[in-house]
Amino acid sequence: FVALFLLLHNEMVTGVYKSQEQGEVENGRCITKLENMGFRVGQGLIERFTKDTARFKDELDIMKFIYKDFWTTVFKKQIDNLRTNHQGIYVLQGNKFRLLTQMSSGKQYLDHAPKYLAFTCGLIRGGLSNLGIKSIVTAEVSAMPTCKFQVIIQTM
Amino acid sequence: MSRQANRGTESKKMYWYLPFPLPSASLRLMSSELFTLTYGALVTQLCKDYENDEDVNKQLDKMGYNIGVRLIEDFLARSNVGRCHDFRETADVIAKVAFKMYLGITPSITNWSPAGDEFSLILENNPLVDFVELPDNHSSLIYSNLLCGVLRGALEMVQMAVDVKFVQDTLKGDGVTEIRMRFIKRIEDNLPAGEE
Repeated sequence: FVALFLLLHNEMVTGVYKSQEQGEVENGRCITKLENMGFRVGQGLIERFTKDTARFKDELDIMKFIYKDFWTTVFKKQIDNLRTNHQGIYVLQGNKFRLLTQMSSGKQYLDHAPKYLAFTCGLIRGGLSNLGIKSIVTAEVSAMPTCKFQVIIQTM
Repeated sequence: MSRQANRGTESKKMYWYLPFPLPSASLRLMSSELFTLTYGALVTQLCKDYENDEDVNKQLDKMGYNIGVRLIEDFLARSNVGRCHDFRETADVIAKVAFKMYLGITPSITNWSPAGDEFSLILENNPLVDFVELPDNHSSLIYSNLLCGVLRGALEMVQMAVDVKFVQDTLKGDGVTEIRMRFIKRIEDNLPAGEE
């Protein structure tokens, strides 16, 4: 399944970008599309996944769940680092991020990294949204297989 | 998953929660769901992007082909399967090894044509359609068409040209999902000179 998922994700990215090439090339639109797909998947997954878990105490509890259980099951690996300023900003760092490890780790493809992260951003946002947390998730890559996801919680 | 246990001791009220399935089992289930849901999102997106179902089918097939072309490497590396001597053996490997490895199911092989170049894979349950219902206005959409592309692409990389299509689909009210595969020809002279 993992191999399949990686390949499918790959195809999705190329597919979305190819369909855009014929029309107007708008980078933002593609990212949004991928992000939306991730969002939908995140919603579905969290619904299935929290079926048997206890109620969450607070926001931190939810974040811990996301980065421990959710992340591990999705990417087969624990996240390497979770930091927070306790005011609604969380940074999740993955040192060898699954969807990036297949690419060269040099600077060459750094520009292409965002399209391979959009789906995951959506995944996290979707998961959180179904747990009742509205958020903005962005990703940042400075050196290749390492990437940081910043989650900014929107207070309602 | 150890977290689950911790929580139980934290608050005694929670004792009636069902035990969490074994990590390996739940992990496997989850990643299959990740795949199924992702695929669903992809098809939905394609339906939005393309106007008619035929185009979506074509696109799914093309994506599947690209996946198959790469997947075969992963398959050969992991499965230890050697060269197949005839199409029947190929059918066996596809059903018993490949489907088992990637989708966790073992389809049955039936309906061989007398010439032995055509057979059907019967899928009792198709993990791709776990949470799917087809809306009425997409009656000609072949939801799992990606699979056809995957099979075609993978077999092409091992010098076999095949024709793959869905003949029955549980989504369309049939009792089972049936994939029909027809052997077209062996692809020759694909090897660069001097290599065996």
